[in-house]
Order: sequence, then structure tokens, then C-alpha cells
Amino acid sequence: MAQIRSIAEINEKIQKGEAVVVTAEEVISLVEEHGVEETARRVDVVTTGTFGPMCSSGAFLNLGHPTPRMRMSKVYLNGVNAYAGIAAVDVFIGATEIPDVDPANKNFPGAFNYGGGHVIEDLVAGRQVYLEATSYGTDCYPRQKLDTWIKLEDMNEAYIYNPRNCYQNYNVAVNLSDRTIYTYMGILKPNMGNANYCSAGQLSPLLNDPLYRTVGIGTKLFLGGGIGYVSWNGTQHNPCGARGENDVPRTPAGTLALTGDLKKMEAKWLRGVSYLGYGVTLQVGVGLPIPILDADVLRHAAVRDEEIVAQVVDYSEAYPQGVGGSLGEVTYAQLKSGSIIIQDKEIPTAPLSSYPKAREIAETLKQWIIKGDFTLTEPVASLPSADSCIKSKPLTVKK
Amino acid sequence: MVKRKVVLRFPASVVEHPFIYTLAKEYNVVANILKANINPRKEGRMVVEFSAEEKEYEAAMDFLLSRGVIILPLEQQIVWVEDRCTQCGACTVICPTSALWMKRPEMAVAFDGEKCIVCEHCLKACPARAVEARYLSGE
Ligand code: SF4
Ligand code: SF4
Repeated sequence: MAQIRSIAEINEKIQKGEAVVVTAEEVISLVEEHGVEETARRVDVVTTGTFGPMCSSGAFLNLGHPTPRMRMSKVYLNGVNAYAGIAAVDVFIGATEIPDVDPANKNFPGAFNYGGGHVIEDLVAGRQVYLEATSYGTDCYPRQKLDTWIKLEDMNEAYIYNPRNCYQNYNVAVNLSDRTIYTYMGILKPNMGNANYCSAGQLSPLLNDPLYRTVGIGTKLFLGGGIGYVSWNGTQHNPCGARGENDVPRTPAGTLALTGDLKKMEAKWLRGVSYLGYGVTLQVGVGLPIPILDADVLRHAAVRDEEIVAQVVDYSEAYPQGVGGSLGEVTYAQLKSGSIIIQDKEIPTAPLSSYPKAREIAETLKQWIIKGDFTLTEPVASLPSADSCIKSKPLTVKK
Repeated sequence: MVKRKVVLRFPASVVEHPFIYTLAKEYNVVANILKANINPRKEGRMVVEFSAEEKEYEAAMDFLLSRGVIILPLEQQIVWVEDRCTQCGACTVICPTSALWMKRPEMAVAFDGEKCIVCEHCLKACPARAVEARYLSGE
């Protein structure tokens, strides 16, 4: 495939204010009008976006030393435990952590009103949170107890570190049983009363660069309203599953580990959310820019909802029991129409990942690039792709 | 036994009358004051939950009306806080009347209060807690 332009050339155009940038939605009609080759010559960057619940998210915080100094061994922020098994005043607050006193699912289905995701949202919104810490005390770190209020601006460093974001495609969840179930895919009504999916489809970052040709370690992107970077492939990165002729995975596949400065992010794009009967998580906004290096990259970025398929999976039995199996394959165009047909039954659909917000992220990133505020980075290493033979495996329980 | 939530508006001329006492003493009507804004010589406003036998309740209301007190029904309403809504769509398959619904192809969630039957299913189904139940008076 003949290269049309390099990332360095795109950056020169961005700095001169001459870069042609369109969203992954806008590029579709350009290709319909001018074809792949011509559009690839005209467009420098395609922007993508997604705003969905991403459980494998959290933030590293350096709280600063009180006097006398303290090696914090148990830390709570607004009653939510932050992992403190690292250096003295460093902690990791995870999105799904709930307060020790939360009744969880004892009173089923639990409401999960507050947790780690909400702590992160509160911090980003500039609200103060209640910090409690205890320690066994050492000669160098004598303090044993602390309670105070703290804000994001009081901390030395605060950065998001999300081990698994931006799932490249995901299951469509239904419930074949005769009782309502409460899952990370939302409330699923009995006898396939609804089908919940979770991807922005044609706007979703990794569905627009299905073989990770441009995205790699070091790629700069929109994260939580600020700037983030790809720090590694995400956990459960599974690039070798079934793909369509357009190279788009038919099942959950690639993932990204992301990091970025929490202090520069916005609460609008990092929202603590509560899933009834399941728990707490963080809704994260991510936007990936795709440099159009050649016609093939453009062809991938112009993918349409009609050309992306997902598997319908039963979350009452097949998923929890790990037996696998799909009840059928549907396209994102069908999912977005409001209903799908499975086993001759018409089932209403709901997205969980917000399409209008995904569009807003792709548009915001586009404006940043057009204005010259955001340039692209060359990845420093690539992500394992479809030829890597990497396969996500289950845990063997040894007795 | 009936329980009713109402908003009472007292004209300035009667605001200093001990109505609640009279209702309890003479009509056997128990008043639980949820909110009150009463100032001498100014119009007053009070949100109250009454519990009483039906007949006595009606007599008590007649008494209040005869003294110039305005009685307005207080209704529970579902309020959709658009700012807090993340447009995730989860509520749209839970709401039985499509009061919370999705505009297509924009995929934008909207709320039509006229269709809402206040079943409250959406309150806990909304991950962002963007729907609230509020008591609103018919004012
Ligand atoms: S209260 Fe019931 S009818 Fe009203 S919006 Fe919520 S789910 Fe729909
Ligand atoms: S469930 Fe809540 S956040 Fe999601 S669309 Fe409905 S009102 Fe908005």
C-alpha cells in the first residue's frame, strides 16, 4: 500500500492550520461521494470517540506527606478504600471499589450509590473528599492516624491509569431466563425482554483502526476531556479472534491501557455511575485520532454500522457459566434501529455507551486538531495484532 | 384513614391563626409539616401531609377553605435532570410507557413527562442518577 503522507507531514499541516480533519461519521459520506482513494488523498486525520462504562479504570494519587510523615497503609477517600500497598503516600483508587459499609447485594438488588468512580468524578469536579489513613508507624514515618479533607489541586500527582479501556467491539447482552437479572450490561428483563449493547460502533476508536496500524504504545488521544496516552495494550487484549472481510472483529477483541493527567480532565467525561445489582464503575470518554497514512487506513476508518457485527449472548447462563456460544449475530445498524430479531422475537435494544456523546468527543478532538492545539504522535511500539497468536485464556482452577 | 400531601397558602390576614392546632383538636386531623414558610403579616406557605379519617379530613378542608386558606394538591413527579444524563439509553428499555425514549437516528434520550406514570422504575435503573422523584405542587 503506497504511503500518502507521514505523521510528521500531518503535524506540519496541523501547525500551519491546514490539516483536513473529519470525524469517523463524516468520513463515511465523503467515501460514498468520492471513493476511498480520493478521500484518502483529501483527508489527513479521522477522529473517533466513545463514552461508555469502563470498569478497569482508576487513578494513581500522591497525597503528599503530613507532618509528622506517614507510611499510609490503609487509605479511604469518602469512605472508599484506595489501595496503599505502594510507596508511603501513593495510592490507587479503583473505579469499582465500594465503601466497606456498603450492603452491596445483601439487599438484592443493591443500589451501589457511591464508589471509586464517584470519588474520581468528585476529585475532577474540584470537590473536596474526606481522607482517612492509618499506619503501623515506623522510625522514618511515625504518624499512625490521619483524617482531613483533600482536593485534587492539593495532591502532587494525580493520573488516570486505566488497565483496560476502549474494548474493540462487545457482546449484546440478553436474558433467556424467566427472572430479571442485574449485570454490568444493565438490567436485563426475563425472556429476552431487552438487548443491551455497549459500543459506539462506527465512531468507536478501535473499530476504525481494526488492525492497530496507526494506534500503538505512545499514541496521544482525548482522555476524560484532557490528554491521554496509550501506555500498553489493555488487559484481555485478544486480537486473534474471528474477523470480517473488512478486518473488523466479530467478538470482543483489542483493548487499550490508557494514562493521562487527571488534573487536566473534566468531570463531564469521567462520570461515576451505579449499576443496579452489579456495582459502581466509571464512564470514560476517549477519542482516538487516526492519521490517514494510506488508502487502507482510510478504508478501515470509513467503516459503517451496517458492516460491524456483534454476538448476542445470554447473560443468565452462557456468560456466567463460561460456556460461551452466540444466539446470533447482529449489526450495529440493526442495534441502533431500536430492536433486533433473535429466535423470531423482536427485542428492544439499549446502548449503554452514548452515541451522541461519542460524536461530541470526535467533534471536540477534531476542533483541537484543526486549531493546532493537538498534534499526533508516532507510536513507539505497536500493539499485538491479528498475527500475534495472542489469546486471552480462562483461569484453570486447580484443586 | 387517608394520607394526603397538600400545599397550603395562607393569606396575610389569617397567617397567625393556629390552624394546625385547630385541625388536631377539633377535626382529629394529624398534620406532618414537611416545609413551612410563615412570617407575621405576610402570605404563608406550608407543605403538609395530613392523616385522618376521610369524613373528618373533608370537614377540616372545608374549615380551612372557609377561612380563606388555599389548598393545592401536591404531586409526585419524575424529573429528568438533563445535565446529569449521560445519554446511555439504559432507561429507555426499562420505562414501560416510553416516557424516557430515544430519538433516532440521533440516539439522543429525551423525556416526555405527559407519558410518565411515576412507576419509579427508572430511578434506580439510571446509572448516572439523572432521574429524580420530586414533590411538586399544582401551583
Ligand atoms: S417513572 Fe416509570 S413511567 Fe415515568 S419515566 Fe420513570 S420508568 Fe418511565
Ligand atoms: S439511564 Fe439515566 S443517564 Fe442513561 S439515558 Fe436514561 S436518564 Fe440518561
